[in-house]
Amino acid sequence: MKAFKQLNGLVCPLDRANVDTDAIIPKQFLKSIKRSGFGPYLFDEWRYSDTGEPGMDCTNRPRRKDFVLNQPRYKGAQVLLARDNFGCGSSREHAPWAIEDYGFQVIIAPSFADIFFGNCYKNGILPIVASPEIVDQLFRECAATEGYRLRVDLETQTVRNPSGEWFSFDITPHRKHCLLNGLDEIGLSLQHADEIRAFEARHKAAQPWLFALLA
Amino acid sequence: MAGKTLYDKLWESHVVREESDGTCLLYIDRHLMHEVTSAQAFEGMRLAGRKAWRADSIVAVPDHNTPTDHWDAGIQEPVARLQVETLDANIKEFGALVYFPFKHANQGIIHVIGPENGTTLPGMTVVCGDSHTSTHGAFGALAHGVGTSEVEHVLATQTLVAKRSKRMLIKVEGKVGAGVTAKDIALAIIGKIGTAGGTGYAIEFGGEAVRGLSMEGRMTLCNMAIEAGARAGLVAPDEKTVEYLKGRRYAPKGADWDKAVAYWKTLQTDADAKFDAVVEFNAASIEPQVTWGTSPEQVLPVGGQVPNPANEADSQKRGGIERALKYMGLAADTPICEIKVDKVFIGSCTNSRIEDLRAAAKVIKGRKKAASVKLVLVVPGSGMVKRQAEAEGLDKIFVGAGFEWREPGCSMCLAMNADRLAPGERCASTSNRNFEGRQGAGGRTHLVSPEMAAAAAIAGHFVDIRNF
Repeated sequence: MKAFKQLNGLVCPLDRANVDTDAIIPKQFLKSIKRSGFGPYLFDEWRYSDTGEPGMDCTNRPRRKDFVLNQPRYKGAQVLLARDNFGCGSSREHAPWAIEDYGFQVIIAPSFADIFFGNCYKNGILPIVASPEIVDQLFRECAATEGYRLRVDLETQTVRNPSGEWFSFDITPHRKHCLLNGLDEIGLSLQHADEIRAFEARHKAAQPWLFALLA
Repeated sequence: MAGKTLYDKLWESHVVREESDGTCLLYIDRHLMHEVTSAQAFEGMRLAGRKAWRADSIVAVPDHNTPTDHWDAGIQEPVARLQVETLDANIKEFGALVYFPFKHANQGIIHVIGPENGTTLPGMTVVCGDSHTSTHGAFGALAHGVGTSEVEHVLATQTLVAKRSKRMLIKVEGKVGAGVTAKDIALAIIGKIGTAGGTGYAIEFGGEAVRGLSMEGRMTLCNMAIEAGARAGLVAPDEKTVEYLKGRRYAPKGADWDKAVAYWKTLQTDADAKFDAVVEFNAASIEPQVTWGTSPEQVLPVGGQVPNPANEADSQKRGGIERALKYMGLAADTPICEIKVDKVFIGSCTNSRIEDLRAAAKVIKGRKKAASVKLVLVVPGSGMVKRQAEAEGLDKIFVGAGFEWREPGCSMCLAMNADRLAPGERCASTSNRNFEGRQGAGGRTHLVSPEMAAAAAIAGHFVDIRNF
C-alpha cells in the first residue's frame, strides 16, 4: 500500500448527501478481476451521458457538463469534499479503488458509511470526518475561490485552508501508523500468528462444532 | 459489574489480542465468498505466496453474475464468465468447506445458502465481501460485510483488524397487523432513524414483534440493518433458531448438538446490560411500506403521498427530495397507490426464501398480472428454495399468473446479469436498495415486501395489501 504523509491538494466539491457506492462505481465495472483501472469510470452515471461498459475507452464519451468532475477548474483534484453518509451501500472495495485510481487521496465529509470508511485506509486514502459547520465553510470557500486547495498533514492530524485557518481530525493510532508507513496489514497481523493459533486451539476445545470438517 | 449485551458477548469471545487504542484482532469462524469481491483477494494471496489459514471456514458460491434462465447456454457475457470461472479456480487452489459452482443443485445467493445448509450458527463470527452479510445476525452470529482487502486478511490470518462498535437496541413491541411483514418493519425503522442512523453501531433487534418473526423474517430484518448504516444486526437465538438449525447439513450433531444448544442459550443480552442507544417502535402502528425515492430512508406507508419539496425547510434535504423526485419521474404529492409499475422483481438476499415465495403466491393465486406490467420475475434464493417451492406447487401459481419462474441468483437486485431495468422503467422490488441505477442504468426502484410486490404485479400499480 502507498504511504500517505501530507498533501497540498486541489479540492473538488460533491454537494450531495448519501452518495452510495453504486454511484461511485456502478455494478457493471465490478466484473473486473483486477484492482486497477477503475478511475475513468468513477461516478460513471453522473459523469457521462451514455452507458458505460467495462473496458470502454472514456476519452471521447459524452460528458455531463454540470457534473463537478467534468468542470475544468477541478481537473487534477486530490481532495474530495463531500456530504453526510458518504460511501453508503455496498461493501465493494472497487469504490475506493476507483477514487484512488482517479487521483483522490483525501475525502472530507461530516460522516462516512462504516465499511467504506475502513476500506479507504486499506488503499492509502485518508477519510477525514469534519464537523458539519467546517464542511459547510469548506464548501463555501471552495465555491468562491477557483484553485482552492487544502493542506492535509497526517502526522499532525491537521487540515489547513489557504488563509491559514486549520482544524484537526481523529484517526486511530493503528490506522495512522499503517497509513504513514504504507504498511501491509496482513504482514503485521501475521506477526501474531502464535497468538492466533493459541486462540484457535482454545476456541476449538470450547466449541468443537465450529471446526467440523464434514457433515 | 454491569451485564453484557449479546454483541459484547460475541465480540469478547473472539478477541485474539487487543492494542492499547482498542484495535483488536478478531477471530473469524465463517468466511462466506462470492465471485465479485474475492478475485483480487486470492490474487493478493498468490502474489505473497500465502495459503488460506483455514480453508474449512470457507463457504463459497457464485451468485451475482449468474444468469437466471437458459442455464444450458452457460454464462454468455465473457467478463462475467471469467469472474465465475476465476472463483472456481481459486476455490480449487485454496480449498473450501462448501462450494456450489454455477448450475449445482444447491447453488444460490450466499446469504440464503449459508443458513439453509447450517453453516451459519449462533455465536459465530461471520464475514463476507458483501454488505448484506448482516443477514446472518438473525442467528445470533456477529456477521458483517468487509472489503476485498479484509477478505484477503481473513484468508491469510483468520482474523480481522477491528474496533468494537457502539451498541443500539431497536425494540419493536406489540404485534404487527395483518399484511405487515419483516420487510415493512425494516423499512419503517430506516424511515425513522435514516440510512446513517445505525452508523458506528451494531443493532440488536428485540421486542415481541421481533421474537414473533420466523427465522426467514429475522433474516430479512437483519439483512436491512446495513441500509440503516449498521454493519451488523442481531437477534438473540431462541427455540425458533434451534428448531430451524436442527438437522441442517452442517449443523452440529449428536453430543455436539446438545452442547451447542446449551451454549447458544447463553447468547442473550443480560437484563442489566446497557446500550449506547435505544429506539422503540410500536409494531401496531407500522403499515405496509413503499419507498418513493433513491435512498431506503425515502419511504412512506402505502396510504401516503410522495413528499412535496416545498414543505421542507432544510435546503440540503429539499435538494435531496427534488433530485430524487426528478430521477424517479414522480410529481410531488402523488399518492403512492397511483404509482404504476412496469416490472416487478421478487427475489434477492432480502426476500427470496421459501416463506417469501409462499406469501407472494398466496396473494396472486387465481389471478393474472396486469397487462400493463411488462415482466414479473420470481427468482428463488437457492436451488433448495426452488425445489421446495416446486414441491408445493408455487411455481405453477406464479407461471399461471403470467410471472416468470427463474433459476436462483442475485438477479435484478443489482442487475449484474441480464435481468435489469431499461432507463425510465419503474419496478416494485423486494430487494434492498433503491439507489440510482441499482437495477439498471436509469431504472426506478420502489422497495416493498413480497406481498406488496405481488399485489402491484396484479393491479399494475401499488395497492394496500390489507385491502387487496
